[in-house]
Amino acid sequence: MTPASAAVPSMPKMRLVAMLGLFLGPAVAVYTLFSIYPLIATMALALYTTGPDGEYHFVGLDNFRLLLGDRDWFGPFWNALRNNALFFAVHMLVQNPIGIALAALLSLPDIAFRSTYRTLIFLPTMLSVVIVGLAWNLILSPLWGVASGLLKVFGLGFLFAPWLGLEWSALPTLALISVWQFVGIPLMLIYAALLNIPEDLVNAARVDGLGQFRIFLHVKLPLILPTIGLVSILTFVGNFNAFDLVYSVKGALAGPNFATDILGTFFYRTFFGNQLQVGNPTMGATVATAMFFVILTGVCLYLLFVQRRMLRHTF
Amino acid sequence: MTAMRPRLATLAIHSVLSAYTLVAILPILLVLMNSFKARNAIFAAPLMPPLGTTFSLVGYAKVLSTAHAGTYFANSMLVTLISMFLVLLFGAMAAWALTEYKVRGTTLLAIFLSIGIMVPIRLGSVAILTMMRRLGLNDTLIALILVYVAQGLPMAIFILSEFIQQIPRDLRDAARCDGVPETLIFFQVIAPLLRPAIATVAVFTIVPIWNDLWFPLILTSSERTHTITLGVQQFLGQYITDWNAVLAALSLAILPVVVIYILFSRQLISGLTAGAVK
Repeated sequence: MTPASAAVPSMPKMRLVAMLGLFLGPAVAVYTLFSIYPLIATMALALYTTGPDGEYHFVGLDNFRLLLGDRDWFGPFWNALRNNALFFAVHMLVQNPIGIALAALLSLPDIAFRSTYRTLIFLPTMLSVVIVGLAWNLILSPLWGVASGLLKVFGLGFLFAPWLGLEWSALPTLALISVWQFVGIPLMLIYAALLNIPEDLVNAARVDGLGQFRIFLHVKLPLILPTIGLVSILTFVGNFNAFDLVYSVKGALAGPNFATDILGTFFYRTFFGNQLQVGNPTMGATVATAMFFVILTGVCLYLLFVQRRMLRHTF
Repeated sequence: MTAMRPRLATLAIHSVLSAYTLVAILPILLVLMNSFKARNAIFAAPLMPPLGTTFSLVGYAKVLSTAHAGTYFANSMLVTLISMFLVLLFGAMAAWALTEYKVRGTTLLAIFLSIGIMVPIRLGSVAILTMMRRLGLNDTLIALILVYVAQGLPMAIFILSEFIQQIPRDLRDAARCDGVPETLIFFQVIAPLLRPAIATVAVFTIVPIWNDLWFPLILTSSERTHTITLGVQQFLGQYITDWNAVLAALSLAILPVVVIYILFSRQLISGLTAGAVK
């Protein structure tokens, strides 16, 4: 391993280690104690159950057998997992294409008001998911009538329905609210990647007679694929960890009839309980561990396939 | 090479961008505007700005008199600012150590620290709650701060490392040749140069702290320790039929963020697009 600085190798080894301890100590301590340790302890707790005496008893993988094999557990778990997959799919199919398209437009040369557009489109991303969810809940409410009023202006009044209240539309509507809020993330990351593309490449393509659209498709898009990969994995982790939006708009029961239940709300109900069941820490830990493996699978797939393919692509 | 775009294309680009901008801000404007209106006007003409007779602050009066808005706001402020300070301090120190004092094992340590970028700390909530109870920190702001610092550090270290790598080597080497102690090099030479990175770190780690619902919901139980996000969520549950109060509560949560964001948007966005995630 090569030292980063020319002056560091002259430092005695002991002093180097002391410096490492001094500067890394606080971060490593807080992070290990309050992030890594609880993760491991939670996974360990998933192997226990609470007996009638209130003490924890080791049961091996029984909790996982229950979660994946028992109808009362697997039904809701599968429902939440499926809903979560749909939630993610909406983000991938709507949020990221819109983000890419807007970034492509914003990065064109000589766009007036560029920074105004950027600032305003990114604004919702800064707000709390809870506030955004509750605000949209009001806007889409048939009581207020703003959404139906706006649709009527365009002669589309007949399309209006209380989308958040209907079983078939509640989840896609929540997903679209989340898309509306977070489109700024892919927009910014892809915009930054587009700005980093060397001008010579774009100019060469222009000299060859390519229009802006084909330049984007054939020159810029392949170059920003790694960023799109990164955006996808960030979306994946964010979506499979989501909770606030569903909880604030639909409550812990993720109604109507669990149509908006995702892994985060399922985990919360299992752990804390609600009107229908008592909280269960060990099963909560089991659900959290299952979520961990879902996220881990996504991250590993990204690292193995997406990122490796992209490395080959770039070099 | 540029300026060859036909007028029509420019017009099309601007109509798409401004249409989407409207989609992005109209819902926020709608809530803010109507929070300053009397009840009748909220329902009769939701799209009109509050003017003359329709102007009313009744919702704000209700929120400020019934909810512990001041306490919630102060709690959020305290938690966010202390967490931000610690994330930046510990994060910058760690990033400096990882890029500067390389020995066998620092790469492994860097990987260990980056686990938290991909694995959400929420998944450890069951054990975090048990631990906080055992430490006697249950229902305190300290519990929230500890969790948020642990949550923010991995991303902060990642971003700050990129910034530190861009600082010219000569700067630190010159200081070393002059016999300046290592700690002073960090605090007086390096740390001031990290100022531009604060905006990027803020977007990725500080904003999520201010906006978080999960940990206040799990770790705080009394109104004394509620944050603004949790407070608004619970207030709306209780007063859902009082539209003035509901809109005012939402606006009170939105306004500070919007004002700070607009004030600092230039730095925030240049930080995001410059050195952020490549």
